[in-house]
Amino acid sequence: MAASSDRNPPPFPTAEESEPGLCDMADADSDEGEDIFVSNSHYSTLLISPCPNGLQTVMTARLCGGCLQSNPVSVSRGVSQPDRVTEEPSDLFSEEEEAASSTAAKANGVHSDDDNDLFADANVELSTDKSGSSARKEPSGPRHASSFTPSPAAMQPTSLEQLEEEEAKDSFDVDVAVTNPEKVGDGMNAYVAYKVSTRTSLPMFRSKVFSVRRRFSDFLGLYEKLSVKQSLHGCIIPPPPEKSVVGMTKVKVGMDDPSSVEFVERRRAALERYLQRVVSHPSLLQDPDVREFLEREDLPRAVNTQALSGAGFLKMINKASDAVNKMTIKMNESDTWFEDKFQEVENEEQQLRKLHVVVDSLVNHRKELCGNTAVFAKSLAMLGNSEDNTALSRALSQLAEVEDKMEQLHQEEAASDFFIFAELLGDYIRLLGAVRGCFDQRMRAWQRWQEAQSTLQKKREAEAKLLWANKPDKLQQAKEEITEWEARVTQYERDFDRIGMTVRKEVLRFEKEKAKDFKSQIIKYLEAMLQSQQRLHQRCSTGKCDLEVCVVKRAVPSFYIRYARTSHEQRRQTKNGESRSAVLA
Amino acid sequence: MMEEVKEAASVLSVHDDSIRVTEVLKDGDTLTFIIVSQKLSGTGEYHVDRTYEDFEWLQQHLFSQEDVPGIQGVIFPPLPAKPQVNASSRSIKQLGFLALGECQPYCKALEAFLQQVATHTILSKNKAVEVFLTSSDPPGRQKVKKNIFNRLSQAVEEMRKEGHKDVDEFFQNERDHNLVLTGCTKTAAEKFLDVVATEQKIAVACGHFSTALHLCVEPGEDPDKQAFSRVCVKLSEVFESIKKNMTSVAENNVNTLGLGLDLESRYQEAEREMLFRRTCKLVELENARRNAEKAKPVKKAAMEEVKKAAETEFEQISGVAKQEIERFQGARVEMLQQALVSWCEKQLLTAKESADQFNQHLEVFRGMA
Repeated sequence: MAASSDRNPPPFPTAEESEPGLCDMADADSDEGEDIFVSNSHYSTLLISPCPNGLQTVMTARLCGGCLQSNPVSVSRGVSQPDRVTEEPSDLFSEEEEAASSTAAKANGVHSDDDNDLFADANVELSTDKSGSSARKEPSGPRHASSFTPSPAAMQPTSLEQLEEEEAKDSFDVDVAVTNPEKVGDGMNAYVAYKVSTRTSLPMFRSKVFSVRRRFSDFLGLYEKLSVKQSLHGCIIPPPPEKSVVGMTKVKVGMDDPSSVEFVERRRAALERYLQRVVSHPSLLQDPDVREFLEREDLPRAVNTQALSGAGFLKMINKASDAVNKMTIKMNESDTWFEDKFQEVENEEQQLRKLHVVVDSLVNHRKELCGNTAVFAKSLAMLGNSEDNTALSRALSQLAEVEDKMEQLHQEEAASDFFIFAELLGDYIRLLGAVRGCFDQRMRAWQRWQEAQSTLQKKREAEAKLLWANKPDKLQQAKEEITEWEARVTQYERDFDRIGMTVRKEVLRFEKEKAKDFKSQIIKYLEAMLQSQQRLHQRCSTGKCDLEVCVVKRAVPSFYIRYARTSHEQRRQTKNGESRSAVLA
Repeated sequence: MMEEVKEAASVLSVHDDSIRVTEVLKDGDTLTFIIVSQKLSGTGEYHVDRTYEDFEWLQQHLFSQEDVPGIQGVIFPPLPAKPQVNASSRSIKQLGFLALGECQPYCKALEAFLQQVATHTILSKNKAVEVFLTSSDPPGRQKVKKNIFNRLSQAVEEMRKEGHKDVDEFFQNERDHNLVLTGCTKTAAEKFLDVVATEQKIAVACGHFSTALHLCVEPGEDPDKQAFSRVCVKLSEVFESIKKNMTSVAENNVNTLGLGLDLESRYQEAEREMLFRRTCKLVELENARRNAEKAKPVKKAAMEEVKKAAETEFEQISGVAKQEIERFQGARVEMLQQALVSWCEKQLLTAKESADQFNQHLEVFRGMA
């Protein structure tokens, strides 16, 4: 791929209204204002709605805060009130409106704090109507341990419905697209750079529409950073597409053949889906790394991406799972929800794998059909050429042409099958791996907590011994240690609970997204199929018309004319509407 | 094939276009075909059952009509290869399209054969045809004596004769043309067979996918799980209909263009054989002429006799051959066009049907919560 090519996603029918969080691509070209996304901005109206003066303050605060790199959303600021993190300013404003004075007052009051808190509050939806909810999601980024005043009392068990309701309120206004893969450089150092375009109305970004160029290792680097940070939180982090040495080498070597073109296109589509999943995740979107990835002009080269090569991702997850399974302390699961869910996740992964295999074979057959149809078309063309009878020859040649077009049709259908289903299934198999990882995180948290407890126990025993042995200086130290460990135990316990919450919420969200995702992909597939059937229909009717024309105007080879016929032959010809009388020798 | 005008007195007591091979019965390894034809007198039908050996018997009788002048100039309607119940891969390959499907294409091919024989001006006069179509007893199974109508492929030395230059431009052209066409048609038929085979594979794979999707359906009251299960079930239905679509596409392909190409291909072979016979006769004639010239006075008269006989024969053959070729060319063009048109029609129908079905599925999906 020496030249830059305008890579559009596979030729699906005209972009339709997409669900929030999943977007279609129209033509992606320039960076400036040109709208490359399907318009899905029904949120913009909410922004315009009048707000208490809190809005103004918030906006300016954001702009002058300018700390897009730092963590905009800090951990709970010790507010005994349950907080809910959302990045949707429109929600904020609508909430402010309906929650009336109390909310507004709070919001305003808080604004006088320092920048960090300002940012934090801007994102807070003070849902006074949900006093019971404590679905707290730990945001990404460095924890402000100092401001973290635990309030275990606020951590009440949330009913599943409340969690689900809150899920439903999450809505997003960020669209990303990955387009224009371009080969940069030459030889083995070459790589493919993609244009990542973002369109957003979220104030936390510097502008509304912008784009940057990124290469594949940048995407992997993003994943690395996110997984390191989020590993303690139990979020489901979408996994990136896999490295492929074979595929990339072909591209590097500069071959323009259809398979490397296809490879780049697959990768581009996979990267786009990956980014879309990342930005549609409410807490991941808050992560400064994500924003840096989307906005910053030049990203430092990501290293340590070797681990994610080949089938590396799933191997990694499986290794981690094994480690967890080898834990000596088995967890006493008080909440069967987790056990059941985990089992479900594993089952689902198996099923999807089976489906993936079947889809793969289907795709191969389709490709085979393309090849066969092409060969047949050629043989028909040859037959048409050797055919004496001009009408039949024409008919056959036209038919050969039609067949050739059908080959293209079949190719499109094969591509359609592949892009939609195989990739979808592959994505979800990896995602389910990530879900499993998330469950593992929770296990680890539990383990940590248990270990801390046992350490605390040991310390207490040590203290008792010291008491008995009456060594005051060591006693003091022991007491300090005990206090420290007590704190740790409490913290770890809270961590564990928190992770549990997060995991539950994440899994619910995942399932919703999954159902939506599958449904929309299937609709796309059906539409594509419909279109191709209609085109086939059209081509067949043109083909048929041509053939019928040929039948009517049946030309007769000239040398028939030279020979005398028997009488019944004459009559037969005349019966078919051709006059022979002039022709009799 | 085209209808022959009924003026030519036909020995047959049935309507030649009414001949149908309606059924095939499997009894262990033997296949029996039921042939139905309408009586000319309008009083009913003939039902007869025949095995493949009976067909061969008929063909042998047609071949061995030595008393009919110029019989060697006839393009004999080709009989399909012998079908086997548990077919070896070689015989499947040989049968080509006729091996696909549940004997239906094969029956159609046999039907075509019988119709062509019955409508043939010369061949239909043979009593064997009448016996074959109307006698309730199986026709005799005794092997008819070997005749010169052996397949081309047998004699290697005969192959040299095939290249023998013709005295008549018409025939030379026809021979050259036939050579090219035979090759092309065979190739086209083979490639089309590949296409159909792949289509059938796709249909099977779709069926697998559809079944596998059913495994993803899980019970439970969780709304998201239910949503996903519904999606899976619906998708499974979609793929069922894709499978049906593919199957009928493959079927249509076989029944229209597939059969057409197959028949065309076999007929080209038959024409080639006829031309070869004539060429052999030509060689014989030329030899006879040379012998007659070179003959010593003692043998001269005899040689002249031989020469005259050969000349007459050759002329008869050529006369019949010309007629046959013309008839053949007309008939074959029409047959191919018929096949192509019905192929397109069937494709149109199937495409429309499946477009409708996809539309329905699409609506269902869109309407899903």
